[in-house]
Amino acid sequence: MNNILEITNLEKSYYTKQGEIKAIKNISLQVKEGEIVTIVGTSGCGKSSLLGILANIENKSNGLFKFSKAKPTIGYMLQNDALFPWLTIYENAILGLKIAKKDTMENKEYVKKLLKTYNLEEFNNKYPNELSGGMKQRVALIRTLALKPDILLLDEPFSALDYQSRLAVSKDVFNIIKKEKITTILVSHDIGEAVSLSDRVVVLSKRPCSIKKIYEINLPSDNPIDNRKTKEFSELYDQIWKDLDVYVS
Amino acid sequence: MSMSANQKKFLLKEKKNRRFVIFMQLLIIITFLILWEVLANKKILNPFIFSSPTRICLTIKNLFIEGSLISHITTTLYEIFLAFFIGISLGFLIAILLYEIKTLAKIVDPFLTMLNSLPKVALGPIIIIWVGANTKAIIVMALLINLIVSIVNIYNGFLGTDEIKIKLLKSFGASKIQILRYLVIPGSKRTIISSLKLNISMTLIGVIMGEFLVSKKGIGYLIIYGTQVFNLNIVMAGIVILIILSFIIYEGVSLLEKKLLQGKN
Ligand SMILES: Nc1ncnc2c1ncn2[C@@H]1O[C@H](COP(=O)(O)OP(=O)(O)O)[C@@H](O)[C@H]1O
Ligand SMILES: [Mg+2]
Repeated sequence: MNNILEITNLEKSYYTKQGEIKAIKNISLQVKEGEIVTIVGTSGCGKSSLLGILANIENKSNGLFKFSKAKPTIGYMLQNDALFPWLTIYENAILGLKIAKKDTMENKEYVKKLLKTYNLEEFNNKYPNELSGGMKQRVALIRTLALKPDILLLDEPFSALDYQSRLAVSKDVFNIIKKEKITTILVSHDIGEAVSLSDRVVVLSKRPCSIKKIYEINLPSDNPIDNRKTKEFSELYDQIWKDLDVYVS
Repeated sequence: MSMSANQKKFLLKEKKNRRFVIFMQLLIIITFLILWEVLANKKILNPFIFSSPTRICLTIKNLFIEGSLISHITTTLYEIFLAFFIGISLGFLIAILLYEIKTLAKIVDPFLTMLNSLPKVALGPIIIIWVGANTKAIIVMALLINLIVSIVNIYNGFLGTDEIKIKLLKSFGASKIQILRYLVIPGSKRTIISSLKLNISMTLIGVIMGEFLVSKKGIGYLIIYGTQVFNLNIVMAGIVILIILSFIIYEGVSLLEKKLLQGKN
């Protein structure tokens, strides 16, 4: 498989009145096409900064990153669903297309198809406050998928959900990503989520972060919930937990 | 849906309570008017200074027959509408400017505070000299009072925009204009609409103050004119009309607010 993204010696600092905050010390990473990579690290270690840079929202301080395509389309999803409460579900779903001026008939049909495939069709004309947290998250994903992104950047997309919906929604989203065969970088602080969903887990050190370890994951099932029951899962979970070196005191 | 006995009882109680409140309100007004009328007729209150309900009604009727009442009311209404409309639009535009150019916001911040705390009537004489003793001066006076409130309210609404949504739009490659159009402005709709009520109150103050200073027509003028010729019936008539007018306008704006805020949250 070809690399879709190559990150080399990336650094990031924030300059504030209180002083310089170094968020990323040095990160080099290659991401293969179709791969799901999960990044785990302690809170505040620089995960969101990394994704922000890749999504072109933050400036990097040093180093470089290169996509295989000259002008890749990047799908970016954040902590909460960030649906616009004054727009209907359908209007929310095509928002990205509108902004990017790609709201052609064909693309809108694609969105309608996605909404239908993921059981949201009957809510097209409803408003976000009428949907459950999990459904809203699916709409947010469809809004991102509508642009047919070359790569998906998901920044703790499930963290606003309660544990029950979190399991269900992460399974849903995982299925969608697998089905649409989209390269994905997922940021998570949930080790279980990371191990059960992805092809590789990248463990970051504390701030300023660098890569501490990378695990190849080969769990038997396509169902993340089943994967959680395997022996390999628990071993990896314990190992990564140790790597993260979180002091509970 | 069927209602439980207790729910029915509760609703009945609510209804009774509402009726009682309205009854008490009417009682207070009627008692007040009757007392005023009787005391003025018995000369316990000097009717020359205090007027009386019937005298006020008669004055209003005469003003109406003579033809000037309607033009006073329309003049004031026109000024209110104009100042309100300009205040909101200008406030909106300036708020956008401040939001887009953060350094500008920092620069003008102390001036806004200064202007906001200044009793604007003090500027009345200068305004008259600068723009003339005409309707323009009244509008400027009203704008001085309602504009800052609009700017500050709308600007604060803009500042409340969800950072995550801004990031999201940026990831779609949104321009500044698109972020304004799709997120900042619609997202502040609630704040903007809620500021209308405060704005209309300020506008009323400004317009009447302006009319006190310069006008030859309008309710404010009527009140000042009554004072000058020492006809307290006219003064009171003007005040009564103003009370009714303000009440109607305020309720109108409240209704508009409710209508605009209905439905989608
Ligand atoms: N815009 C910013 N200005 C200054 N400091 C920031 C900014 N964004 C993030 N930081 C700091 O950078 C560090 C890394 O933040 P972040 O990437 O959000 O961490 P994570 O997503 O891993 O929790 C934190 O210490 C945070 O306080
Ligand atoms: Mg984060």
